Amino acid sequence: MKIRTFGYTLKQGFSNIFRNKWFSLASIATISACLFLFGIFYAIVANFQNIVKTAEEGVSVTVYFDEGISDERIAEIGEMIEKRVEVSKVVYVSAEEAWEGFKTEYLGEYADGFTENPLANSMNYQIYLNDVSMQSALVTYLESVEGIRQINKSEVTATMLTGINALIGYISIGIIAILLAVSIFLISNTVTIGISVRKEEINIMKYIGATDFFVRSPFVIEGIIIGLIGAVIPLGAIYLLYHQVIEFVVGRYAMLSQLLNFLPIETIFKVLTPVSVIVGVGIGFLGSITTVRKHLHV
Amino acid sequence: MNIKYLEVNEVRSSNRNKKMTTPVSENEIITLENVSKAYSTGAPALNGVTLHINRGEFVFIVGDSGSGKSTLIKLLLRELTPTEGNIRVMGYDLNKLRHRKIPKFRRNLGIVFQDFRLLKDRNVYENVAFAQRIIETPTKEMKKNVPSILATVGLAGKYKAKPKQLSGGEQQRVALARALVNKPSILLADEPTGNLDPKNSWEIMKLLEEINEAGTTVLVVTHNREIVNAMQKRVVTMKKGVIVSDEEKGGYIDDED
Ligand SMILES: Nc1ncnc2c1ncn2[C@@H]1O[C@H](COP(=O)(O)OP(=O)(O)O)[C@@H](O)[C@H]1O
Ligand SMILES: [Mg+2]
Repeated sequence: MKIRTFGYTLKQGFSNIFRNKWFSLASIATISACLFLFGIFYAIVANFQNIVKTAEEGVSVTVYFDEGISDERIAEIGEMIEKRVEVSKVVYVSAEEAWEGFKTEYLGEYADGFTENPLANSMNYQIYLNDVSMQSALVTYLESVEGIRQINKSEVTATMLTGINALIGYISIGIIAILLAVSIFLISNTVTIGISVRKEEINIMKYIGATDFFVRSPFVIEGIIIGLIGAVIPLGAIYLLYHQVIEFVVGRYAMLSQLLNFLPIETIFKVLTPVSVIVGVGIGFLGSITTVRKHLHV
Repeated sequence: MNIKYLEVNEVRSSNRNKKMTTPVSENEIITLENVSKAYSTGAPALNGVTLHINRGEFVFIVGDSGSGKSTLIKLLLRELTPTEGNIRVMGYDLNKLRHRKIPKFRRNLGIVFQDFRLLKDRNVYENVAFAQRIIETPTKEMKKNVPSILATVGLAGKYKAKPKQLSGGEQQRVALARALVNKPSILLADEPTGNLDPKNSWEIMKLLEEINEAGTTVLVVTHNREIVNAMQKRVVTMKKGVIVSDEEKGGYIDDED
C-alpha cells in the first residue's frame, strides 16, 4: 500500500464514523456498556480477593514445645517446618516476647505486679501458610513431629476463607460467561443494523475494481476506533465512580473499614486498562471485518 | 466536447488463443461462445449465446424485459460465471479468472447502471476520484484528471455537490465520469437512460458516442427505441435468453407476440 493510500484509508475510517452517526453511537454504547459492567465486576472481585488474601495472610498455626526441650531440637524443628511446601514463613517467638505481647495486649499497666515470666514455657513458632486450604495437611504433619506439645490452629477461619475463595471463583466464571454472551448478542445485533448501508457501498466499490483489502481497510479502522472509544468511556466512568463508592461504603459502615482493605485505583487500572482496550479494539476489529467480509463477494 | 485522452490499454494473457474452440482475431475484444446461464430457479436466463465484438465497436443490446440483457452484462463484469460456455474479455478467460484478480480485470472496464450507483455521502469530486484512488494514481495527476473528465461530461463547477443534490441526468454524468476517468478499454452501460427524460437521454447517448469515437468499445443495453433507430449502430436483439438478431446499422425490432 502506498503512503497516500494509507492516508486516504485512515481518513475514510474516521469519516465513516461521522457518516454513520447512529450506527457509531449504538456500537460505542454497546461496547461501553459491556466493558463498564465488566470493569465494575472486576473492581468488586479484585477487592474481594484482596480482602480474603489479607485475611489469609493473618492465619497462622502456633506450635508449643515439650517441657525441657533443648534449644537444638527447637532449631531442628524450625528447619523441618520451613522445608514444608505449605509454609510461607516461620517466626520464632521466645518466652519473653510472648509475655511482652501478652502484657501489652491484655494487662497494660497491671503487668507491673509480676516479677517473673509466668509464661516461661510459652516459646513457640508462628507458622504462616501459602494457602489456608493447606492447613490441615500441615497440622497432620506437625502432630507426628517429636518435641511438639501443642498445636493451635484456627479451623473456622481457614475453612471459611477456602469456601469464600471457591465461591468467588465460581461467581466470576458465571458472570464473565453471562457478560460475554450478552456482549456478543448485542454487538452482533448492532453490526447487523449497520450492514444494509454498507452493502450498497461495498458493491459499488467492487464494481469499480477496488480490491477486498482497499474496501475493507477503512471499515476496519472505523471498527478499531469505535472499539477504542467504547473502551475509554467506561474506564473514565469507573475511575470517577471508584473513589465515591468507597467513600460512601466506608462512611456508611465505619466498622467495616478496618476489615475491608480497599485496593487503590491504580492497582485496579493496571489490569483493567489493558484488558478493556484489548477487548474493545478486538470487538471493533472482529465486528467490522466479519461484517464487511460477508459483502465482499461481488 | 472533445475526448482525446482515451487509449487502448488492456491486458493480454500469453495463452490468448489456447482454450477457445475457434480462433479469436486480434481485433476481437469480447467473445462469448455458447454461453448459458441458469439461476437456481426458473428457465435459463441465457441459452447458448455466441457473440463477437471487435475493438472500437458501438453495440446496442435490446430486448424485452427478462430477455437476459442484464445477465449478459453481469457475466461480462465477472459478477456471475456462466453455467456453460466460454467468455473472453480483453484477453482474460473469465472462467479461469481467480477471485483476487477480479479487481484488476474490472479496472479496464467502465460500468454504468440505470440507478447511477454513486457513493451517497461523498461529493461529485470524491465519487470520481474514488476510481483513481483505487488504482493509486498520484495525487497530482488525479487533481488534473478528475476536473478534466468532469468538464467532459458537462459537470464543471459541481464538484462539491452530493448526489442527492443533483438531477438524474447529472448523477448519470457523474457515474459516466467515474467510469471513464481510468480510461477503460470497454464501457458497459445497463439501461443508462432508463431513469432519464428524453433530453438527458440524448445527451448521455451522445457522450457515449463521443467516448466510442475516441476509441473505447461501448456496449449499451437500452429500451430507448427512438435513440436506437436514430443512431444507426450495431443492434443485438435478445429474446428469452437467445440472440434473435444481430445487425449492423440496425434498428429496434418490435416484438410480435
Ligand atoms: N438473481 C436472479 N435469480 C434468479 N433469477 C434471475 C436473477 N436475475 C435475473 N433472473 C431471471 O433471469 C431472466 C433474465 O433476467 P435479466 O438478465 O435481468 O433480464 P433483462 O435485463 O433483459 O430484463 C429473468 O427471467 C429473470 O427473472
Ligand atoms: Mg435488466
